[in-house]
Amino acid sequence: MARVLILGATSAIAQATSRIHAGRGDSLFLVARDRERLASVAADLRVRGAMAVETLVADLADDSTHERIVADGWRAFNGLDVALLAYGVLGNQREVESSPEALKAILATNFTSAASLLMRLAALFERQRSGALVAIGSVAGDRGRQSNYAYGAAKGGLAIFMEGLRHRLAGTGVRVVTIKPGFVDTPMTRGFPKGPLWASPERVAAGIVRAIDRGASVAYVPGFWWAIMRVIRSLPEWILFRTRL
Amino acid sequence: MAAASSWGRYPRVDEDRRLVSWEGDVRAALASRRPLLARGLGRSYGDSCLNEGGTVIELAGMDRFLAFDATHGLLSCEAGASLDDVIAFALPRGWFPAVVPGTRFVTVGGCIANDVHGKNHHRAGTFGRHVRALTLLRSDGTTHECSPMAEPSLFAATVAGLGLTGIVTRATLALRPLRSARMEVESLPFADLDGFFELEAASAESWEHTVAWVDCLHPRMAGRGIFSRARFLERSDGSLGEPWGRGPRTVPCDLPEAALSPFTVKAFNAAYWKLHPRGRRIEAAEKFLFPLDALGHWNRIYGRRGFVQFQCVVPGARARDWIAQLIEAIRTKGDGSFLSVLKTFGELPSPGLLSFPRPGVTFALDFPFRGDRTLALMKELEEIVIDAGGALYPAKDACMSPRAFGASFTRLGEFEPWIDPAFSSSFWRRVHAAPRAA
Repeated sequence: MARVLILGATSAIAQATSRIHAGRGDSLFLVARDRERLASVAADLRVRGAMAVETLVADLADDSTHERIVADGWRAFNGLDVALLAYGVLGNQREVESSPEALKAILATNFTSAASLLMRLAALFERQRSGALVAIGSVAGDRGRQSNYAYGAAKGGLAIFMEGLRHRLAGTGVRVVTIKPGFVDTPMTRGFPKGPLWASPERVAAGIVRAIDRGASVAYVPGFWWAIMRVIRSLPEWILFRTRL
Repeated sequence: MAAASSWGRYPRVDEDRRLVSWEGDVRAALASRRPLLARGLGRSYGDSCLNEGGTVIELAGMDRFLAFDATHGLLSCEAGASLDDVIAFALPRGWFPAVVPGTRFVTVGGCIANDVHGKNHHRAGTFGRHVRALTLLRSDGTTHECSPMAEPSLFAATVAGLGLTGIVTRATLALRPLRSARMEVESLPFADLDGFFELEAASAESWEHTVAWVDCLHPRMAGRGIFSRARFLERSDGSLGEPWGRGPRTVPCDLPEAALSPFTVKAFNAAYWKLHPRGRRIEAAEKFLFPLDALGHWNRIYGRRGFVQFQCVVPGARARDWIAQLIEAIRTKGDGSFLSVLKTFGELPSPGLLSFPRPGVTFALDFPFRGDRTLALMKELEEIVIDAGGALYPAKDACMSPRAFGASFTRLGEFEPWIDPAFSSSFWRRVHAAPRAA
């Protein structure tokens, strides 16, 4: 029975992932901003078979909450086997281009706050010498593109930060797993026209749990995004610039 | 506004879709000035889950479980939870929905709004009979906890209420206990409708599930078919925890219209007659209960223009003759149905004012949509059902006339006062003609 910390527990991907853990009888510590939503997610996971579910209402984007979140999350079940960082904001690239505040918010939520939490967790995992530190990045972080390079830069930075952590923790028994979902049909992407490349949160969640179980370093979910991003990364700029990607 | 259609892909409409994940989202969506309608997974075949020009509140994201009483098998959940999800949860714990329709990719809210039935209707009645309580959110912001005991009239209007009384946000279902996820299934051929009725009479007592496929197209032996009956195994065999297949096979794209010519449909029916297994066997319950779930997007078989379903019930006494008339009408039109299904409904009363199931024989068919030709056939079939004193099933319907709707649902007058004035649907506007102008 694993002890699992979920940061951003009310996101669609986090809920779907938590359900898989609940079905296994794991214990979950959930952190999210909205008290009412968090309570209904917790009730759902209890019914679905979680051994224990604890919650903490906190704004993850606010760094001053991080010390308490990590301390409480660690103490609740006396250590952790999995910490999943699953929150983020997509933002609006056009808005970001004219509003420095919006730009700062995207970078702070998706990168700065995430790095702060991961650094605190890494110290505890390192001492424990076991467990998996998991963060949800994005295929958007694989290449800067005009359509969403602010979000992409934050997620790309997160992937590099995770890579560094992986390097640091190599040999300690701690796994550091970067998840790179493609298009996911969630409230965050409400309003986008959906096509065959889109995946459900359940499918992404299954990919996340599989990646953790098999100890992957970087996992594209669904897997076909690995091939797509290889192509996009290798496009020369003179071709890329002719697209609206 | 975005283009939308339901499982039958006819008709197509433009509507304003709102995906909701939380109760707060639902309340926000209620503020829309357009006519409102809740939608689950859109597995209704016609336009009862469409709302042209209106706002459609999609509840599939509200799929959380609230409580489970493992002693009595009572599951409380949000209305967007699917039966697939309920089964995946309940089956390993030795429980199963008391009533399931032919697909498990439907929401609890949708099952309530259509008061769906299953192959065990003669034993268990409709889905609504096993709903212990539901929470209804109305456009005036009020919340109603309804059950057969509390606000019973609103409960009776909401079960089978086609989503017109407000939004069902939560429900408590009484599940049934199970020891095995496998069924003993027996399939027996019958040569004509008389054969069907004999088998039906002989099976109702000791077989929990019964259903028959019937060949409407054979030139001389129209009315022949295969009768299937099944019951869950009574002994524990460790099968409850086995994961269910997710149906990896999917129809990848629309088939061309020619794929469903009268010739291929006839050939399909002949092959079905030849190849369907006969005799007794043990098989996974999902295979018997949800045969079409094994093939994802099977509606694409009908091509881009989609298809229409026709499902009616005709009363018992002369049921055989009415069904024979329907088959004859279909056969002479040559516009064959892929899968025609016959089943007897039992005597258990349905709880909803607009519930479709009632004592008699129900007959379900589907036809590729071919414009006026199809509409004319549907009209002809509808007339037979009205003459028979039967009813048509709104969840499957895209064609019925206001007259047929009125004839099918005699308690319409009792239902109307409970409609939430902010709610409507394409179906409702179609069948509920404005008060007859003089």
